[in-house]
Amino acid sequence: MADLTRLTAAETAARIAAGEVSAVEVAQAHLDRITEVDAKVHAFLHVDTEGALNAAKAVDERRAKGDALGPLAGVPLALKDVFVTQGVPTTCGSKILEGWIPPYDATVTRRLKEAGVVILGKTNMDEFAMGSSTENSAYGPTGNPWDLTRIPGGSGGGSAAALAAFEAPLAIGTDTGGSIRQPGAVTGTVGVKPTYGSVSRYGLVAFSSSLDQGGPCARTVLDAALLHAAIAGHDPLDSTSIDAPVPDVVGAARNGDVRGMRIGVVKEFGGDGYQAGVLERFNESVELLRELGAEVVEISCPHFDYAMPAYYLIAPSEASSNLARFDAMRYGLRVGDNGDRSAEEVMSLTREAGFGPEVKRRIMLGTYALSSGYYDAYYGQAQKVRTLIARDFDAAFAQVDVLISPTTPTTAFPIGERADDPMAMYLADLCTIPSNLAGNAAMSLPCGLAPEDGLPVGLQIIAPTMADDRLYKVGAAVEAAFLDRWGAPLLDQAPAL
Amino acid sequence: MTSTANLMSYEDALSSFDPVMGLEVHVELGTATKMFCGCATEFGGEPNSQVCPTCLGLPGALPVVNRTAVESAIRIGLALNCNIAEWCRFARKNYFYPDMPKNFQTSQYDEPIAFDGYLDVEVQGKTYRVGIERAHMEEDTGKSTHVGGATGRIHGADYSLLDYNRCGIPLIEIVTKPIEGAGELAPEIAKAYVAELRDLIKALGVSEARMELGQMRCDANLSLRPHGQEKFGTRSETKNVNSLRSVERAIRFEIQRHATVLTDGGTIVQETRHFHEDDGTTTAGRVKEEAEDYRYFPEPDLVPVAPSRDWVEELRGTLPEVPSVRRKRLQAEWGISDFDMQSLVNAGAVDAIVDTVAAGADSDAARKWWLGELARSANERGVEVTALPITPAQVARVAALVKAGELNDKLARQVIEGVLAGEGDPDQVVEKRGLKVVSDEGALGAAIDQAIAAQADAVAKIQAGNLGPVGALIGAVMKTTRGQADAARVRELILEKLGVS
Amino acid sequence: MPGITREEVAHLARLSRLELGAEELDHLATQLDDIIGAVARVGEVAADDIPPTSHPLPLTNVMRPDEIRPGLTPEQALSGAPAAEDQRFRVPRILGEEQ
Ligand SMILES: [Mg+2]
Ligand SMILES: [Zn+2]
Repeated sequence: MADLTRLTAAETAARIAAGEVSAVEVAQAHLDRITEVDAKVHAFLHVDTEGALNAAKAVDERRAKGDALGPLAGVPLALKDVFVTQGVPTTCGSKILEGWIPPYDATVTRRLKEAGVVILGKTNMDEFAMGSSTENSAYGPTGNPWDLTRIPGGSGGGSAAALAAFEAPLAIGTDTGGSIRQPGAVTGTVGVKPTYGSVSRYGLVAFSSSLDQGGPCARTVLDAALLHAAIAGHDPLDSTSIDAPVPDVVGAARNGDVRGMRIGVVKEFGGDGYQAGVLERFNESVELLRELGAEVVEISCPHFDYAMPAYYLIAPSEASSNLARFDAMRYGLRVGDNGDRSAEEVMSLTREAGFGPEVKRRIMLGTYALSSGYYDAYYGQAQKVRTLIARDFDAAFAQVDVLISPTTPTTAFPIGERADDPMAMYLADLCTIPSNLAGNAAMSLPCGLAPEDGLPVGLQIIAPTMADDRLYKVGAAVEAAFLDRWGAPLLDQAPAL
Repeated sequence: MTSTANLMSYEDALSSFDPVMGLEVHVELGTATKMFCGCATEFGGEPNSQVCPTCLGLPGALPVVNRTAVESAIRIGLALNCNIAEWCRFARKNYFYPDMPKNFQTSQYDEPIAFDGYLDVEVQGKTYRVGIERAHMEEDTGKSTHVGGATGRIHGADYSLLDYNRCGIPLIEIVTKPIEGAGELAPEIAKAYVAELRDLIKALGVSEARMELGQMRCDANLSLRPHGQEKFGTRSETKNVNSLRSVERAIRFEIQRHATVLTDGGTIVQETRHFHEDDGTTTAGRVKEEAEDYRYFPEPDLVPVAPSRDWVEELRGTLPEVPSVRRKRLQAEWGISDFDMQSLVNAGAVDAIVDTVAAGADSDAARKWWLGELARSANERGVEVTALPITPAQVARVAALVKAGELNDKLARQVIEGVLAGEGDPDQVVEKRGLKVVSDEGALGAAIDQAIAAQADAVAKIQAGNLGPVGALIGAVMKTTRGQADAARVRELILEKLGVS
Repeated sequence: MPGITREEVAHLARLSRLELGAEELDHLATQLDDIIGAVARVGEVAADDIPPTSHPLPLTNVMRPDEIRPGLTPEQALSGAPAAEDQRFRVPRILGEEQ
């Protein structure tokens, strides 16, 4: 039998539904793969062998009874450790939550279970999703399967690496400033940030509430669409959830086509600071889109230059408040409680010991931006920039159907290179942040390898709010054209682990 | 510290200074569920049995606004003659405190749901208009129990235990504008305001507003300024003044304290103070090392509340009669004087009487019991009359038994005493204590015969037309029957037997 | 934009309940100064007539009916507690006051 770990999610589900392979066999093959390679990759923080096999068994039993199975029933998935899972540890990559076992499931977790998806375990991430390299995990970094000495992106590096290492065909990420798309780009996988409000945040441990959005990670556009459809939709437990039908992303992914579409190249994303090979691959993608029948024009979004400063005020501000609850009183780590110290002292000692440097930096920055005397100049101004960025998008989408750019200015950089240089690290999210601020949808998909380092480059497609289907329509067309050109999926060129 | 002994007298304080007050009242709404989650709000549950990921602040949990709480907030705002915001938001008030699981309180900041209103209160026959700055929505905290140490209070405790059942219960915070020009009536106006607000909240049916249960809590701000000065003085904030009487006492004490400090050439520190029920004084709270900075910002997990004008008007249609108007109506219905009505109001017994009448009693009888026996008991226990463990229906039952002649007033008092002592319903107390009026005419007849035989002199006088000594005979009968006879009936029978009727 | 002082950083640490060490404080002061210098650019573009955006979506009036939903059992609620006693969370003595 073919290697079950090399199949797409769609193929896997079809084989299980047809009875050609059992869900338990599929789960076991992936668990074996994890055993084989994860010591090197470190994509997982926790592998739930028993839970996965039980879930797979339940799918096989339902099939045996003749029950109709959903389109992803029995397909294994790697879940970012920022979604709570009842009875299964959830750490958010932080020491402060080490050993915490949530008493409830996130809505995304529940929907995955209801879809018969087999959750293999929880993936590594930058602590509380703050970072672009997964080096900020309290449990050690994850390696990029293309080159284990390089970062897999972040914060969802574990999820992207699990896909690229064939430890799972599907993964879930969260994208606050690019944490799904940037890891997708640097690992040669597909990652989608759905429209803000289309995937429930209930049970997603908050980093920045007005920016966080869960989304699908996969190796193909169609797989991403299938997962997108499984997790999206209105949730009454999330006040910011959109109460409207989810666009037909699966239909769009099955009918990739850009003929007659107007596509805008974001003028501001290119030039200085962009790696030559990244721009080369991007320009090649532009040509490809033209060949496929799209009209490609240049679009200026003048305020995008201010997206990064606005983001590094808004996200830390919300984070400083969201992370206040980690205080040693009700759950998680408690440090310094010697019977004599006060609650206040124990809180401060615990937070000092439990949070890593980047988290502390952002808490401090956010506390500063919100404090009296500074609020208007920082948080208040950043919220206005947000309005300007949304207006840029509105103006752009009045002229084009989707926008495109490189997903990230460079390919995967070496682990350690930017570890104590926050400003350099923040550059990794330059192109992804505007969509978080405005709430619209965006995708990254592989568009080849940079010639200078042989590492994957991501193409970002950006669509208007609630037009997520356009990402898949364009993405599927690009993917098919590249597959045709390359003769095999890009990941086939990754070195063996 | 200012001790009571060297405080300036209240009269002297007011001869030099004008008091300016500000009152902040928190009302716990009587909704079935909490402000942002579906947990029950019922009082008295087992610790941590009414909690969920949201009100426990578990990672990942999110809030969703309770529609009924918003409705209550709008109705309170309308009843307070406020404008209702067309668009407003929740904000996070950030500070660390173990009673508050998220370490921020979800509240409203610069965009309250209701603002700029007033409430009229009557003091000594005069109406004062208290301006309302705002009424906003927020959530309550959990409850801590302090263990160890000598006092069981927060200071000196070894550790604390936290129960989050109360955490997240909807609160409406109602803030007055500065109350100026109250002069010597300031303490009474403060009390009357809180009383009127409480009556309004109860009439709206949004909360039982029982201060003794913490369903309504008051913070009283006070500052003094010399007569003729425009600028406000520095204020103190006395926290948790939780009965009508305490509101009055706290304001009075603070007026005297401020005046004493200012007259001695001292300065008032802006600080929070604690009120002590036992001696009516206040003491300074912990001095903060640095100014609190709550870092308010719009709550990103909630979306704005934008009540449509249709909804607001629909809610306006549900407002009850204003309590002051209602009082005038009841006074007319009951046919009583201003003075009597004021006594009922002061005793906080109006609603109890209305409910007792609704349960079948005459208004006269209802007033008699609530203002007499029950007011006395409440006074002895140092609680509000409505906090007594007796219901209007039970009082109505006692009144019915009296009316039917099954109890006389003396026995009725004993029945009430029994109910208050937890011995059960009036009928159960009558049964257990054997308090039925002796209506067995045979037994009564024997007692009367005995009394007549024993007091020949009295009998002679009565038969001669001097009815004065009848009382002595009745007394004897009552003694024999241990008070369980109906005195009126005894009198009738004595006169009948002696052929005087 | 004025630079951030070491005292300000210490004040922020207290507000944030972070018991920073002296060295950490110095290091953070430098880094925060850099970051704040960079993000202060938001002041360059946003004029007075630009409304702030706090939510990416223009949703309003999301409310739920006042109906009880099952929550956690006390055992579940306390399952992660570092210390518990009498079905309550046990915490070190509290010095501050409720506000
Ligand atoms: Mg308040
Ligand atoms: Zn709850």
